[in-house]
Amino acid sequence: MKKRKLIFLVPYLAWIALFVIMPIILITVYAFRDEHGFTLSNFSQFFTNGTFLRMTLNSFWYAFLITALTLLISYPTAYILSRMKNQQFWLLLIILPTWINLLLKAYAFIGIFGKGGLVNSFLGLFGIGPANILFTNAAFIFVAAYIELPFMILPIYNAICDVDPAVMQAASDLGANKWQAFKRVLWPLSKSGVQAGIEAVFIPSLSLFMLTRLIGGNRVITLGTAIEEYFMTTMNWSMGSTIGVVLIFLMIIVMISTSSSASRRKKREVKL
Amino acid sequence: MKRIKWSRLYIALVLIILYIPIFYLVYYSFSSGQNMDRFGHFTWVHYQELLADSRLLAIFLETILLALLSSLVATLIGTLGAIAVSQIKNKKIKQLLLTLNNVLMVSPDVIIGASFLIFFTALGIGLGFGSVLLSHIAFSIPIVVLMVLPRLNEFDYSLVDAARDLGASNWQVFSKIMLPGITPGILSGFFMALTYSLDDFAVTFFVTGNGFTTLSVEIYSRARQGINLEINALSTIMFILVMIIVIGYYFISSRSGKKGGRLL
Repeated sequence: MKKRKLIFLVPYLAWIALFVIMPIILITVYAFRDEHGFTLSNFSQFFTNGTFLRMTLNSFWYAFLITALTLLISYPTAYILSRMKNQQFWLLLIILPTWINLLLKAYAFIGIFGKGGLVNSFLGLFGIGPANILFTNAAFIFVAAYIELPFMILPIYNAICDVDPAVMQAASDLGANKWQAFKRVLWPLSKSGVQAGIEAVFIPSLSLFMLTRLIGGNRVITLGTAIEEYFMTTMNWSMGSTIGVVLIFLMIIVMISTSSSASRRKKREVKL
Repeated sequence: MKRIKWSRLYIALVLIILYIPIFYLVYYSFSSGQNMDRFGHFTWVHYQELLADSRLLAIFLETILLALLSSLVATLIGTLGAIAVSQIKNKKIKQLLLTLNNVLMVSPDVIIGASFLIFFTALGIGLGFGSVLLSHIAFSIPIVVLMVLPRLNEFDYSLVDAARDLGASNWQVFSKIMLPGITPGILSGFFMALTYSLDDFAVTFFVTGNGFTTLSVEIYSRARQGINLEINALSTIMFILVMIIVIGYYFISSRSGKKGGRLL
């Protein structure tokens, strides 16, 4: 029995060692190395050169905007969805587009946002001349939000469905108006879903380099774009790794802070 | 009453936005001409071009082969791993393994791609089909584990004891008792692995080298050169394929749900 367990475990542990631990070690080693050996110059360059710091702020700002826009659209959608008939069917309709390859959807927006595309012909109806939409920051944020939308709707929908309808009923029976019921009852109870959604959207938003190339027209430079450039174009792997290590570090901070706020919330629930 | 109408309108708007890009692609795949600005006249010419484009068709088939192969291996390793992890008694070790399991789930794609690229180069593994396959297996394993584990936690181990008391061998216990109990988890794990593989662009882009491309990478490089209605024709076909798969999956899962109901 013991031996059989080992056979089950070995391939899995090998995967962890080779594809989880090794890559992290290697990328860290590369970040601290140049042609001559160990060096801190990559990091000192990163933290003293304004370009890199601006880029870091920039990518967090864009990821924040994308996440906020997605959340703003998703929460009402998830709420209305949870009150509808045939929920499974509508949910399927929302999930279905995630199965179309991301690149195809991005490609579609090249046409839609183009000079003679759908949006410009629509604007033309109102006599607004063709505007430059493609290759703007707004276009990048919109397309990124479009792609992440289902990943935000789903966890929020699940969280809202878990809220006991009787609790909402009780809130309105006790005289809460719609806004109060939402703010005091529904939002706190569905917060776990919002958190899951934010985690599912924020982190991938940092690495949408194909969108910054195709839709953002190379003008939106994020950490993901920079890593891609250092690895694939300029072939400066140690600088690319340095940006990668910084990104991993920032991610860990974000994750620790969200999980600690979750545990704090639990404590408060116990007190109540 | 009025409020309900507004909410309907909102959902309709969200769905329209979700589907406009897809139908936009489909619509212009039937247009003569070379761009997505003005519909010329109806034509099948882009589909004929697509069928004659043996390079793109080969990439299409290779992408599907890659997805099937990688999810099969990932499902195997992931399922065995999940069974092993679920039987670990030491809480700390279990937690550690689960944390390591989730590292690739939360990492941004560029980090996975870049670190795998360093990894393959350090080991001297040439970039191509092999490296892409290994990467796809690697990033699909954690989702399989996450899909199978809940089933194992719900699993009633007294059944195993009962089978043993009745004289079942190890293999019989595994194949006749454990496996049927966790099959739904394994299937959804396989399914998720399949979609991960088909949908991946960033990781593949890093580790693919010159010899081998997947559909995503090929679309990216073509899209960077501008609009090509052959891609529209391809996306129409892919959309129809996805619809067929989803409807099939929906049908099977609702039928098996009914069967489960009858058993109860």
